[in-house]
Amino acid sequence: MTDKRINLEVNGEALEASPGQMLIEVTDKANIYIPRFCYHDKLSIAANCRMCLVEVEGANKPVPACATPVAPDMKVHTRSPYAIAAQKATMEFLLINHPLDCPICDQGGECELQDLAMGYGRDVSRFSEGKRSVKDENLGPLVSTDMTRCIHCTRCVRFGEEIAGIQELGTMGRGEHMRISTYVAKTVDHELSGNIIDLCPVGALNNKPYRFAARAWEMEQRESIAPHDCVGSNIYAHVLRGVVKRVVPRPNEAVNETWLSDRDRFSYEGIYSEDRLKVPMVKENGVWQERSWEDALEHVALKLRQSGSDIGALVSPSSTCEEAWIINRLFEHAGSADLDSRLRRTDFHDQNNDPVYPSLGIPIAELEQQQGVLLVGSDLRREAPILAHRLRKAALKGCSVGVLNAVDHPYLFTVADTHIVEPDEWCATLAGLVVAAGGELPPALASMSNVSSSGSVDYLKHAPSLILLGQMAQRHPAFGTLRYLAAVLAQLTGATLGYVTDGANTAGVSLAGVLPHRSAGGKPRPEVGHNVLSMRPKTLLLVNVESVTDLSDQIDRNAIRQAAETVVAFTPYAPDTLLDDADVLLPIGTWAETSGTFVNVAGLWQSFTGVSNPVGAARPAWKVLRVLANLLKVPDSDYESSAAVLAEMRGHCESALMNNMPEFVAPESSLAERSTEISELEVSLYQGDNIVRRATALQKTQQASHERPAALVSSSTVEALNGG
Amino acid sequence: MWHVAVEDWPLGYGLMRRLIQLLKTFTLWELLKGLQLTLRAFFRRKVTVQYPEEKTPQSARFRGLHALRRYPNGEERCIACKLCEAVCPALAITIESEARDDGTRRTTRYDIDLFKCVYCGFCEEACPVDAVVETRIFEYHMEEHGESIMTKEKLLAVGDKHEATIAADKAEDAKYR
Repeated sequence: MTDKRINLEVNGEALEASPGQMLIEVTDKANIYIPRFCYHDKLSIAANCRMCLVEVEGANKPVPACATPVAPDMKVHTRSPYAIAAQKATMEFLLINHPLDCPICDQGGECELQDLAMGYGRDVSRFSEGKRSVKDENLGPLVSTDMTRCIHCTRCVRFGEEIAGIQELGTMGRGEHMRISTYVAKTVDHELSGNIIDLCPVGALNNKPYRFAARAWEMEQRESIAPHDCVGSNIYAHVLRGVVKRVVPRPNEAVNETWLSDRDRFSYEGIYSEDRLKVPMVKENGVWQERSWEDALEHVALKLRQSGSDIGALVSPSSTCEEAWIINRLFEHAGSADLDSRLRRTDFHDQNNDPVYPSLGIPIAELEQQQGVLLVGSDLRREAPILAHRLRKAALKGCSVGVLNAVDHPYLFTVADTHIVEPDEWCATLAGLVVAAGGELPPALASMSNVSSSGSVDYLKHAPSLILLGQMAQRHPAFGTLRYLAAVLAQLTGATLGYVTDGANTAGVSLAGVLPHRSAGGKPRPEVGHNVLSMRPKTLLLVNVESVTDLSDQIDRNAIRQAAETVVAFTPYAPDTLLDDADVLLPIGTWAETSGTFVNVAGLWQSFTGVSNPVGAARPAWKVLRVLANLLKVPDSDYESSAAVLAEMRGHCESALMNNMPEFVAPESSLAERSTEISELEVSLYQGDNIVRRATALQKTQQASHERPAALVSSSTVEALNGG
Repeated sequence: MWHVAVEDWPLGYGLMRRLIQLLKTFTLWELLKGLQLTLRAFFRRKVTVQYPEEKTPQSARFRGLHALRRYPNGEERCIACKLCEAVCPALAITIESEARDDGTRRTTRYDIDLFKCVYCGFCEEACPVDAVVETRIFEYHMEEHGESIMTKEKLLAVGDKHEATIAADKAEDAKYR
């Protein structure tokens, strides 16, 4: 049926279409604009705004282009007097109840209703009766509402049903009394709910942190890449006089479609946090002194020179490739391999099996085509909301999803295979699945007491299928065993093995060689250095790492602190923890103030430029590191731009393959040396990195609470229980 | 005319001309003709204004120093819609805005650079709430560097002081809008 083509004529122009296509899809493709409010190409068709009425020859009334399938030899007029009269009449009805408050409306200047009213509205209203006014909803700290402005296009309602998976908003009442509401008073909490701001064609739903801050026409739109998860969503930063005022998605079908997670959208507030470090500081006799850049860098260079090869670095996996590359050069020059970017990981015994180029195993868009997916220790909605959305799309198309987790998080689709067990049982459960798939366990694992072969992983045998090792699995004390079992399962079922990596640039940072056992491009180091748990260097560099919050609980911070004579922190912020722990603080720019490159979880190298003015004397980290490299006489370190750094790095990474399935060796011991709690593995949605932690609006959301309650009990019940 | 030979002139022409010329010379005719204009101006109504004792009449639409107005209840009119900033051809207006504690849209900064301003009055035309106006004030000066920037406080002070005049001028002009 699909190869049959239909010929039709729009405004005298001959067009081709496939059967079943709606008229508006065909005209959009041919660049013939039909006005619309409720139609959105990512949402289902509602046809309730009636703005897209067009004239079709032979039809006895104007028809909505969004809900009219194309028919052979159809003759359509979108700009005929008849069609325009219909569109104008619709506009007149829409404007009856729409308030005239464009001057104070944040949508003013980028409002679809405002734009179309210029073309289809009357100068003077014929409506003299009372206008409707609607009480505003409180939708939480991210979305502001002015419900009187609503034109009932129901895009937000359809978004909740179809994209988010939770129907947070709905319509109540009919006709004049219809309104968009949350049924019972509640806030919108879904991690993608910020998208209803973009969807709303009028100013009814707007960006709350950005409220009244700027106008659409006065800001500059600059391209960037979101720095908070491994997806690397494409974004536009809207900048006014050098200050980021808001962030909106930049459509990219291969990465984030037209969506953006709330974390990426609202994190920009963290850039202007009160504890931004504005000048370089050096601690002298326990007192912090402000220094010039030259003095501070000379001081650091001196310390590094004095320490020789006894230096170490902890690098955030959200650092750019350029930063990571110069650090690697710096350490190779000094002769040290004590550098690590796997800050929350605790099991390193099989680190040689780590992929050189960690990835999802498939392009992000192909997640939608999977027939079976097993999530091992992954709370995908928190780790990468955009991936969770893709997975939900796959599940709705019939993909069977299995989950191995400690908490039964709501996935917003039917989970086919659920294994909710304590983290200590994960290995045994996964081993059970291997047995169920007909595999044999190596001797060390066969002795596991609680392997149950119940359960079936047949759904993974329908290609294409995927086994995803989540961030919680990667933080697990028996990660090596988990990964081995997952790899065996993948071999047995023919599934692809993939990782949901930590931070924005795990792939880039490990390709740059910020690992104790691997140098640039995955080349094994001649001498394996100390990892994040075991390093005790004399001079420690912290790059974008805040000593407490970004590290695993298993790291002995006191021991590191006592061993280190000097701790140099490259950080945009100066929190109390760093003021206590560090000896030198060098202010670096956040993602908005620096150019750089992130390699996302699908292996896409996405470069971006700085979008805003630096705060205080903060400088891009790659420039700071470059000057340090110059001072330490690292050869060929006179990089003139971040692009030059990247070019050099890419030259070393050409041979790196995206292979998540090396020859795994069976583990020799069965279980982890220690047991673990779920609280140790989980990182709260809005605690992942230093910028998000400081985004005030995000921190006010329900999702921001550190601990998600396992059960919710009303206060009266608690009182009754306590009393009894 | 000189190339025409004297013999070809009409009979008596040269003689007559010379005679009139002679007469005019001796009666100071040209001087009297000039003084006649002076004499006429002497009796005509005078237009010179003795500024600053006297001042020219002003239109209600006079475009002088800017002001920001308030509502009768004391609330500032400006809602930070930034239309004046957008329409200003000289980029003389700079506005920053935020939600005030009561949830209304307000400016935190409203600067007009008088050196940049070309007094076109577009800001006044663009304002949906008649907040920014150009008053009849045209006698002002600056002594210090930076004084040319009219801040929100200064603009509101001008508006407060001259509200009666501004309101009357607006009312007079209203019927033409």
